[in-house]
Amino acid sequence: MTAPATAAAVHTLWTAAGDNPAIPAPHIEYGQLSPMLVVLGAAVAGILAEAFLPRRARYTGQVAIALLGLAGAFAAVVALAASGHATTRAGLAAMGAVAVDGPALFLQGVILLVAVVAVLSFAERRLEPRGADGAPVDAFAPQGSAVPGSDQEKAAARAGFATTEVFPLTLFAVAGMLLFPAASDLLTMFVALEVFSLPLYLLCALARRRRLLSQEAAVKYFLLGAFASAFFLFGTALLYGYAGTVSLGGIADVVSGKAPVTPALSGTTGNDALLLIGLAMLAVGLLFKVGAVPFHAWTPDVYQGAPTPVTGFMAAATKVAAFGALLRLLYVALPGMRWDWRPVMWGVAILTMVAGAVLAVTQTDVKRLLAYSSIAHAGFILTGVIATDRAGVSSVLFYLAAYSFVTLGAFAVVTLVRDAGGEATHLSRWAGLGRRSPLVAAVFALFLLAFAGIPLTSGFTGKFAVFQAAASGGAVPLVVVGVLSSAVAAFFYIRVIVLMFFSDPKADGPSVAVPSPLTATAIGLGVLVTVVLGLLPQYFLDLADKASVFVR
Amino acid sequence: MPFPLLTVTAAVPAVGAVVTAALPAATTAARRRTPKAVALAFSAATLALAAVATARFDPGGDRYQLTESYTWIRSFGISFSLGVDGIGVVLALLTAVLVPLVMLASWHDADPEDPHSFEGPRRTQGFFALVLAVEAMVLVSFLSTDVFLFYVFFEAMLIPMYFLIGGFGDRAGGPDAARQRSYAAVKFLLYNLVGGLVMLAAVVGLYTLTARAGLGSGGGGTFDLATITRAVSDGKLAIDPTVGKALFLGFFFAFAVKAPLWPLHTWLPNAMGESTAGTAVLITAVVDKVGTFAMLRYCLGLFPDASTYFAPAILVLSVVGILYGALLAVGQKDIKRLVAYASISHFGFIILGIFAMTTQGQSGATLYMVNHGISTAVLMLVAGFLISRRGSRLIADFGGVQKVAPVLAGTFLVGGLATLSLPGLAPFVSEFLVLVGTFTRYPALGVVATLGIVLAALYVLVLYQRTMTGPVREGVGSMADLRVREVAVVAPLIVLLVVLGVYPKPVADIVNPAVGATMADVHRTDPKPAHPAAEQPWFSYTTAGTDSPGGVAK
Repeated sequence: MTAPATAAAVHTLWTAAGDNPAIPAPHIEYGQLSPMLVVLGAAVAGILAEAFLPRRARYTGQVAIALLGLAGAFAAVVALAASGHATTRAGLAAMGAVAVDGPALFLQGVILLVAVVAVLSFAERRLEPRGADGAPVDAFAPQGSAVPGSDQEKAAARAGFATTEVFPLTLFAVAGMLLFPAASDLLTMFVALEVFSLPLYLLCALARRRRLLSQEAAVKYFLLGAFASAFFLFGTALLYGYAGTVSLGGIADVVSGKAPVTPALSGTTGNDALLLIGLAMLAVGLLFKVGAVPFHAWTPDVYQGAPTPVTGFMAAATKVAAFGALLRLLYVALPGMRWDWRPVMWGVAILTMVAGAVLAVTQTDVKRLLAYSSIAHAGFILTGVIATDRAGVSSVLFYLAAYSFVTLGAFAVVTLVRDAGGEATHLSRWAGLGRRSPLVAAVFALFLLAFAGIPLTSGFTGKFAVFQAAASGGAVPLVVVGVLSSAVAAFFYIRVIVLMFFSDPKADGPSVAVPSPLTATAIGLGVLVTVVLGLLPQYFLDLADKASVFVR
Repeated sequence: MPFPLLTVTAAVPAVGAVVTAALPAATTAARRRTPKAVALAFSAATLALAAVATARFDPGGDRYQLTESYTWIRSFGISFSLGVDGIGVVLALLTAVLVPLVMLASWHDADPEDPHSFEGPRRTQGFFALVLAVEAMVLVSFLSTDVFLFYVFFEAMLIPMYFLIGGFGDRAGGPDAARQRSYAAVKFLLYNLVGGLVMLAAVVGLYTLTARAGLGSGGGGTFDLATITRAVSDGKLAIDPTVGKALFLGFFFAFAVKAPLWPLHTWLPNAMGESTAGTAVLITAVVDKVGTFAMLRYCLGLFPDASTYFAPAILVLSVVGILYGALLAVGQKDIKRLVAYASISHFGFIILGIFAMTTQGQSGATLYMVNHGISTAVLMLVAGFLISRRGSRLIADFGGVQKVAPVLAGTFLVGGLATLSLPGLAPFVSEFLVLVGTFTRYPALGVVATLGIVLAALYVLVLYQRTMTGPVREGVGSMADLRVREVAVVAPLIVLLVVLGVYPKPVADIVNPAVGATMADVHRTDPKPAHPAAEQPWFSYTTAGTDSPGGVAK
């Protein structure tokens, strides 16, 4: 089915059902949707495994299902891209609900790789001291439903329970994230948003240590996330009122005045108040997910409270998916409105960069520090989004790929630095780490330098790409604010390096746990991507450039 | 394909850094000799390669020679392009000469105080690997003909430098030395990082302009220095004056922090005071030269109009820096901080020479970079030997050293006399040229800057008097004289000071054509001499290289 026909079909489906009582059977391109279908299938298989596998086989089974599912989905993405679905054969699938195009496939590939690395660190069981029965345990609560500190929880720990349902939950989240940047109409986007958010709320609450903090984080994330979703949905409704369709292409046609007005909706179609308010509400929903100021308040609390492997996954993958959706919304549905949304995005980007960098300076907890750093990075990425041209898209795609692996690696290192109370996340505890464990400290320093955008790391290439795109798009003041807040941000990254290398270690300082090959692989991949994207980025820049055209 | 000489020159120390760092941990003094020897061998090989490059450089040939170019990041028009002009090749050679000597001088500086401490085994490797890493990055900065490549290494060299400052001290700093050192390292990094990030904005801006003008292959942007310079001078790349000024300031700010120019200098005394003498030499004689070198090559080459526009303001700042650095040097109690302030004064002279926009000034500034590198290395390294013997950096703790350690005192005096530009030693030639070059265009500034020489005599001679002459102070009596290794460090540098002081022609001949090309970039010619002395035959001086600067003989 060709693109215009698809758009028409959706139009009919949503607007003219009264005239045409026979709802047509949807035409589904299973092949093009296979990445999402494979992950969803693996998630369902995971639930079945949870129900039917004996307890001792569950861990192995779940990890295998998750990794196989993600690998299969990644293979499907590669196959689709190889057969030209990212470029020449890009188009809409599932009756116009899902776009299979360059940005979608690129981001799906990134999300899947991120998810593979995340599953590896979820599966780590060598860091926590063994449970009462001698069985190795992971970073998750033995029983999510048990009240923290209750007898029930102790019994669950004694019995050697493990929350292996984190793996299917993760797969559901991944499936939602795969759909989110590919969604080509607002309702599909909303469904994807919920599919990936709900499992994340749950995952946040499942920390084995500091469970109250973890549960508090989950509640905050859920409440604020629910508000953001409501905003998104309300915005969708208003835009439907404005355009008479929820398809992104259809909205763009109405904005540009090309679409015929449906008589039944002529009262509201083209009403700019609906458009502007709807656009603002959609932006609130998406900016919440990317953690942009002023919708960032949840980020530090949630990043701090969530189990660290989950934080790493969330920080990386959510940002990728949400920026993908934001790009698609702004570039496909609302390019004609860019004179309206660009000034707002300018403000948001400046606020985000400055606030993220400045607030991070005073942080004393390494997870909160990385949270504020992620806010600042959201601001840097927004400068690329604002460029509104092809270079803007490709720079954002590249930045997301570079950033997500640095983030995963950094959080994976955080899981290694431990004392009797679990992870030692207070920064003062990291003093002198470089002398105790030079390798771990050097790796963390590499990630920090990449965050700071020091040349020869992926962070610098990414930053250069977005700043260059922004400057070409005429947003020079944004670039200046960007480099200045980079300088502020550099200060607190450097502070951590100073602490690790030049401070005297504390006598009762934390020890660095020796991870299993799982976490070691996760960190190793982070280092590899950071260095390769810093030294030899050309192939990946080309990939991002080829993948930078949205389909309507 | 011809032998990629420059790439190899820069790659040898980089490989050496990796090899040195990867050597097995050493726990005894004997085993620690292996990494030191390996590092020294790599730096000696670099010196040999740099010498070959200098020998193969033809002063009368093309502007950029021994060029190599490999595509690096095509999307942004970035290539790994190396090439040298006369200025670059001389400074690369200076770097290659100084690094092995610094290593030799720092032979024991990085050994752990307590060999059984947990930080012990790899400390020595770390120091020598970092020195090699700095050398590699500085060499790429001098050799690069791609703006982006230059920027990358200009920034990246901060990281090994930072660890050198923060990780290794001279053990003479008192109880809170570690905290002071860490403060100095952070200050160094933040100042330079902020400078670098401001420059990044300007680099992005420049790229955007070249992309708009379609200078790159396929109509994109480019970072190739020669292409941009050509496009600027033939008007293909028309930069709006306001934009040009902003970009110039972005570049200049980074270089002025690095150089450093008053009032952006405050990181230098901390960094030089707290680090080892070897690191201090690396900072002031090697790394900071990248800043002044880059002013000459990038500020003047890329933004000639803006350079001319801002030159008066920059000249005033550099004269202030000359006097301010010298005055503060007079008042210092700490030997290393004194040398640091003296360097700030000297960097003022270098920047003065660059922005006076006369051939004498710029030739003088380039020679000054070389001579200041050598003279400061002598002064600082001997000061380091002195400090390590007494365990104190305070001038007041010394006295009468020349009675117990005459060779040490003698070499210190030579370094000091070079610092105050005694005629017959190399710095005199360059300082004189800078002052003459400034005077022909800005007489008032030239006169005021000359006061710097008077102050230099004050701080150097008072320093010598208080540390070396007079009665032998407590704690100095048992001081050993220079060892063979230490003499081997200082002797070649003193030979260079004397040779270049008497016969600077070889260096001047290499430098002058490049200076002429830079002057052509900024469309400036020397002002007609207003003073009869300048028409005298002994004064005559041309860029063709037939006369030596200072006009000794035809």
